[in-house]
Amino acid sequence: MIQDFGTDGVIFLARGLMWTLGLSVATFLCGGILGLIFALGRSLGPRWIRLPIATYIELVQATPLLIVVFLSFYGLPFFGLYLPPLAAASLALTLYATAFLADIWRGCIEAVPRTQWEASEALGLSGPETLRHVIMPQAIRISLGPTVGFMVQIVKNTSVTALIGFVELTRAGQLLNNQTFQPFHVFITVALMYFAICYPMSLWSEKLKEKRNVDSTAH
Amino acid sequence: MAYEMNFQPVLSRAPELIEGTIATIELSAKSIVVGLAVGLVVALGRHDGPRAVRTLATVYIEMFRNTPLLVQLFLLFFGLPFLGLRLSADEAAVIAISLNLGAYSAEIFRAGLAAISKTQVEAALALGLSKLQAMRHVVLIPALKVIYPALTGQLTLTVLGTSIASAISASELTLAGARIESSTFRSLETFLVLAAIYIAITIAFRILYALVGRLLFRRKVPPPSMRAASAFDKKEARA
Amino acid sequence: MSTALHIEGLKKYFGAHEVLKGVDLEVASGDVIAVIGRSGSGKSTMLRCINGLEPFQQGRIRIAGHVLGEGPQNLRVLRTEVGMVFQSYNLFPHLTVAENITLAPRVVRKLPRARHDELVDKVLSRVGLLDKKHAYPDELSGGQQQRVAIARSLAMEPRVMLFDEVTSALDPELTGEVLKAIQELAETGMTMVLVTHEMGFARQVATKTVFMHHGRVWESGPSEEIFGNPQTDELRAFIEPNLK
Ligand SMILES: Nc1ncnc2c1ncn2[C@@H]1O[C@H](COP(=O)(O)OP(=O)(O)O)[C@@H](O)[C@H]1O
Ligand SMILES: [Mg+2]
Repeated sequence: MIQDFGTDGVIFLARGLMWTLGLSVATFLCGGILGLIFALGRSLGPRWIRLPIATYIELVQATPLLIVVFLSFYGLPFFGLYLPPLAAASLALTLYATAFLADIWRGCIEAVPRTQWEASEALGLSGPETLRHVIMPQAIRISLGPTVGFMVQIVKNTSVTALIGFVELTRAGQLLNNQTFQPFHVFITVALMYFAICYPMSLWSEKLKEKRNVDSTAH
Repeated sequence: MAYEMNFQPVLSRAPELIEGTIATIELSAKSIVVGLAVGLVVALGRHDGPRAVRTLATVYIEMFRNTPLLVQLFLLFFGLPFLGLRLSADEAAVIAISLNLGAYSAEIFRAGLAAISKTQVEAALALGLSKLQAMRHVVLIPALKVIYPALTGQLTLTVLGTSIASAISASELTLAGARIESSTFRSLETFLVLAAIYIAITIAFRILYALVGRLLFRRKVPPPSMRAASAFDKKEARA
Repeated sequence: MSTALHIEGLKKYFGAHEVLKGVDLEVASGDVIAVIGRSGSGKSTMLRCINGLEPFQQGRIRIAGHVLGEGPQNLRVLRTEVGMVFQSYNLFPHLTVAENITLAPRVVRKLPRARHDELVDKVLSRVGLLDKKHAYPDELSGGQQQRVAIARSLAMEPRVMLFDEVTSALDPELTGEVLKAIQELAETGMTMVLVTHEMGFARQVATKTVFMHHGRVWESGPSEEIFGNPQTDELRAFIEPNLK
């Protein structure tokens, strides 16, 4: 029975893992760009921008990711928009990552003390100049740890797209299990593959957070 | 884009939706109770257990935090029978979600334990309290206060995460929704209604957390970094 | 007079670092002992050994009928009989003044609730803070917090009280009120060991002063002699800049 799940199976899973990684990177890039815009709008924009962004963030954070995925896969065709699983998965994950990254980064921007704005103004810097030269460099340093931490969440959450049939690592595991009937071996292997990706990133995130704590107490 | 939304077919299935909502709340509540208990025990074990216990706790925490909940669910539900342990879908769901929350909350509890300065415990010991009494009367509430936002944030993620249990057909709201969708073909409407219900559940839980918080923390304790005493703690540590 | 505290050959290491190098000290009931010395000379460590917060490697401490250093001891009973007040007050921030005071009597002594008020009033009146019963620690000034910490300690009716630089964290104008509370306590005959930087206070209130240097009792004697006629260069060098 063990032969049923052998090298071929691992290769099949590894191919799924590639899709998991591809989807994760795409999600992080798209969600990152939108998330940054939203974070800036949320913390620095006028009220009529802040309010809708805040609402968006709250709503997405109160909805299960699986429902967002179902909405983009099963829901959009009703508007005549038929997305293949990959596109629906990317769209849903981007909507999700945008909300969470915007919230994380807003916190980082607001973590830079107000006095930094005042000091820059006193030096004659304009608003955008202050943002670019004073606030962002500090906010980015603060954000590194939490951002890497959230990347781990993205990698793990791509697994939800298995449930609309997108063949990433978890879906590959399901398919392989249907053929081999060796669920324990298959899913342990799947879990280890996720772990191999996520654990180093988690460690890295912790290290960045620690480094930041040391930096901030040294000042 | 001439599509006209029609919620009627979905809303006429209200009994199923209500049943699913109740099942989701039940699954969430069970998982939260078990998960927090697991998390607390693991955090204490990791805080001052013997070396072997600390290692075991760390392995558990890292395994569960670095793999997807869905895979954990599949392993428990499909994988365990292979080892001779057969769980119902509902049982597998509670166990998987609890273990997942246990790992996350253990980390949060640890942060709380670390946030309470050693001098607070020493003051209690110097008054003759036992270690356990010091934990209960001096550490617990201020520590809980420090971690409360992180903890309730995690609980929200856990409640929303229960929707994943539909993948093994555990009874909960998303499964009820999927059944309605496949018989009404009103996908958009169905999932919009589900989203609305989940948002309502989330808000209800948040109100509950706020009420519990108000009971626990009769009064605001400022974060430890802002407390005057902590500056002296540092001074003393250097002296 | 009977002996309240007796320390013999106390040695304490932190890893390889010898912090106390054989301390001897005898305190009679009703004595008020001031412990002075440079930062790092081992004063706090000695106090912490006395009520069992720090384990030590050699020597013996007899206090309030207990012997530390000869096998396991019921530290909890000892600690109820030896009060300790810290530099950083260490009030419990989530409890009111009254709750801070009654916590140990309630939890350790099982004092019935009906007697809490009476106890709170008794100890708070000794530090002059009756009106702050229901305040939370962060609503009080540093001096008031420290007086509450003293009252909290008194509530366990200790036989000996240890004070570790209890005014060092306070602004000068708040130091006086705490010293006054301690002095009044001394006048009631309480046995006390106070680590302090307040030389004037030590000289005036302490019956005996101990100068610690490099983990040893370098010089000790009646306060008047220690300050008026120091015998060693180290003590002279230490007190001269302090006695302006
Ligand atoms: N927990 C500890 N671990 C290691 N060394 C310590 C610790 N506490 C105190 N020390 C060291 O012991 C010495 C005496 O400290 P302490 O008793 O606090 O001195 P004092 O109270 O007289 O300023 C110092 O050199 C200090 O660095
Ligand atoms: Mg000291």
